[in-house]
Amino acid sequence: MKVYKISREGLDKWIKHWTESYDVFGPVEKNENGMTDWAEVKGLDEISTAPGTTKQPIKTFYLPQPETLFTFTSRGGEPDSDVLKETLDEGRPRVLFGVRPCDARSVTLNGLAYEEDPYYMANVERTLLVGVSCREQCGTCFCRWVGGSPFGTEGLDILLIETEQNFVAEALTDRGVSLVEAGGGAREASGEDLAMVESMRQEAEQAMSAMPDTAETLRSKDLMSMYNADFWGGLSESCINCGACTFLCPTCYCFDIQDEVVRKKGRRIRYWDSCMFPLFTQHASGHNPRGQKVQRVRNRFMHKLKYFPDRFGPVSCVGCGRCIRECPVNIDIREVLRDLLGVE
Amino acid sequence: MESSSSKITDEIRAEASRLLSSGEVAAFLGFVPGSLPMTVRPFVARSSEDAARLVWNSFCVMNLANYLPEVLKSVEPPRGPGDPEPEGPLPRVGVLATGCWSRNMVVQIQENRIQRDRVVILGISSRGMVDRKKVLARLGGREALKVEEQDHSLLVSGRAFNEEIPRWEVVRDNCRSCVHPDPVIWDIMIGERAGDRQNANRFAQVEEIESLAPEERWAWFQEEISSCIRCYACRNACPLCYCPTCFVDDSRPQWVGKSIEPVDTAIFHILRAYHCAGRCTDCGACESACPMGIRMRLFTKKLEKDVLEMYGAEAGMDPETPLPLSTFSPDDPQDFIVTGQESPKSTGDEAGRSGEVSQS
Ligand code: SF4
Ligand code: SF4
Ligand code: SF4
Ligand code: SF4
Repeated sequence: MKVYKISREGLDKWIKHWTESYDVFGPVEKNENGMTDWAEVKGLDEISTAPGTTKQPIKTFYLPQPETLFTFTSRGGEPDSDVLKETLDEGRPRVLFGVRPCDARSVTLNGLAYEEDPYYMANVERTLLVGVSCREQCGTCFCRWVGGSPFGTEGLDILLIETEQNFVAEALTDRGVSLVEAGGGAREASGEDLAMVESMRQEAEQAMSAMPDTAETLRSKDLMSMYNADFWGGLSESCINCGACTFLCPTCYCFDIQDEVVRKKGRRIRYWDSCMFPLFTQHASGHNPRGQKVQRVRNRFMHKLKYFPDRFGPVSCVGCGRCIRECPVNIDIREVLRDLLGVE
Repeated sequence: MESSSSKITDEIRAEASRLLSSGEVAAFLGFVPGSLPMTVRPFVARSSEDAARLVWNSFCVMNLANYLPEVLKSVEPPRGPGDPEPEGPLPRVGVLATGCWSRNMVVQIQENRIQRDRVVILGISSRGMVDRKKVLARLGGREALKVEEQDHSLLVSGRAFNEEIPRWEVVRDNCRSCVHPDPVIWDIMIGERAGDRQNANRFAQVEEIESLAPEERWAWFQEEISSCIRCYACRNACPLCYCPTCFVDDSRPQWVGKSIEPVDTAIFHILRAYHCAGRCTDCGACESACPMGIRMRLFTKKLEKDVLEMYGAEAGMDPETPLPLSTFSPDDPQDFIVTGQESPKSTGDEAGRSGEVSQS
């Protein structure tokens, strides 16, 4: 890791230089609702400094909605008729600027499940993440309960930390170092800067309640006792089974695949699906193993907090709080997490 | 001074507790406080301890009629698909209802979704619910950590700020244009009935869009739905949407594409709105549920206006009046059918519609 110091003006120059070889995206204020979302940017002044996360997670860059996997024609006579042609997206590389540590972590966590997926990995390959640490946490943030931190670096190429007058930039990967070099104008951080960042990191982490070993505790619990716990019923009575929580969650990555064909030309697309929808598990026979709402509600949490940790280690939640914020009926995953941790 | 919401809360708790402990109802459908400011959670109380948790405030934006059929089913004795109906009356469910929710219940009775004698309705005259998104917009990115409700204002506080917001300014659009705040059916009234509200023009928002040229209107529509993520919170929050398989979920045949291609999103919204025509009570639950701030209720509001103009009907105002679009009589005027001749009595106040008739 290399640590640099850069001024606000310097950062603006970085972005301007990067746009020569990258598409640069950042959180911008989208509408009068005070909602920020990802959009292409050309300079620092376009980027919102509001605390907390954007409306949509950065999974839209890794799991586009929809994503074309193959194209095909079924026009007999044409040489490539009836052949599936892979369409790996090899567009311009891009920089996401101003990523929160929780969102950055989601890319790594999803990568555990998508390791062998060439489409996902191609997007990982061409997307550089410049994060910004959280000086202020929102009421819905709980990264420290699920293995993250407001100063977390997992998944990032660069982490920016705003100090009194300047920014400290931790270049965490080779890609990060080359980004800093391409941006130009940065000085190496002094020992004083490093000490300041360290104390800020400690302060931020102490300001937030932590829950150590969440994943470990959940893994050690009995799966069937969790599955049969009595709180699922009440939870599902409030839930309207929409897709708001899963679609806006950075670590919900389930999809469905369909062929769309118009006049014998078609594409095979992958698009978001949600375990909250009955169709998600509907069998061709008509049988649905998760035909009831309570089963679907349970699945969302069990997948994130038990099945995923059992299989991959960490919990499949980065504590961004979007599902809490956006749920129309205030289903709060923190309560479910506490309930699950309490299961004997 | 005690706010009117907290008085209503006390009365709801007392009534719900009485109904539950006397066994008059097996369950009571209301709200409990949420974990964030300006949120509540729909909740099914089954004991008087549960009833003590119920709450009423300006953030009760979800329409409880939407939950009613499911809760009614949950209190029935379990039975298999072929089993006969149990003898004797089935257990009842208590529920809160404002004007629009009670009208949705009327529609549910008319559509055989619920039976009147199985619900005990606690009627509340609505003062209009607050739009959380409007409050957040006024804060411009500052986080509200606490919101205290008073009768005519909200006291919002966060890190290093306190702000008083006049309540009516952040009331939802549907509530601001509502003329029927009182329940139309109820068993027990909580608080006073307010009477119909005067509203200079409840369709003003719709008329503004109607006045645009067709291309502009189309552009407005496309822009409005452009950020839709197809999460279907709007559909699932609505008591009218109960098809066992919604047309958007059907795969054999598949009526509409599944992703967020603009044309697919547009079809979803147009069809959803039309399926609600003549049935929608403008309760606004759809709009409140939407995470993306899409004002899809304007589409149903336009249809509410059309149905009122063409049929003189408003959904759910009277259990005895059949729903306008699900009845037929041989002498219905049919001047909207294009017959090849000039329509004898054009209702067309809209350029597009009368244009179509004269072209044919
Ligand atoms: S938890 Fe909330 S957001 Fe998720 S499906 Fe249920 S109602 Fe929708
Ligand atoms: S489950 Fe909720 S808090 Fe966790 S990552 Fe997903 S949206 Fe964020
Ligand atoms: S369409 Fe919207 S306003 Fe109309 S009844 Fe349904 S949820 Fe309420
Ligand atoms: S709730 Fe909003 S985002 Fe979700 S489908 Fe409806 S309009 Fe689209």
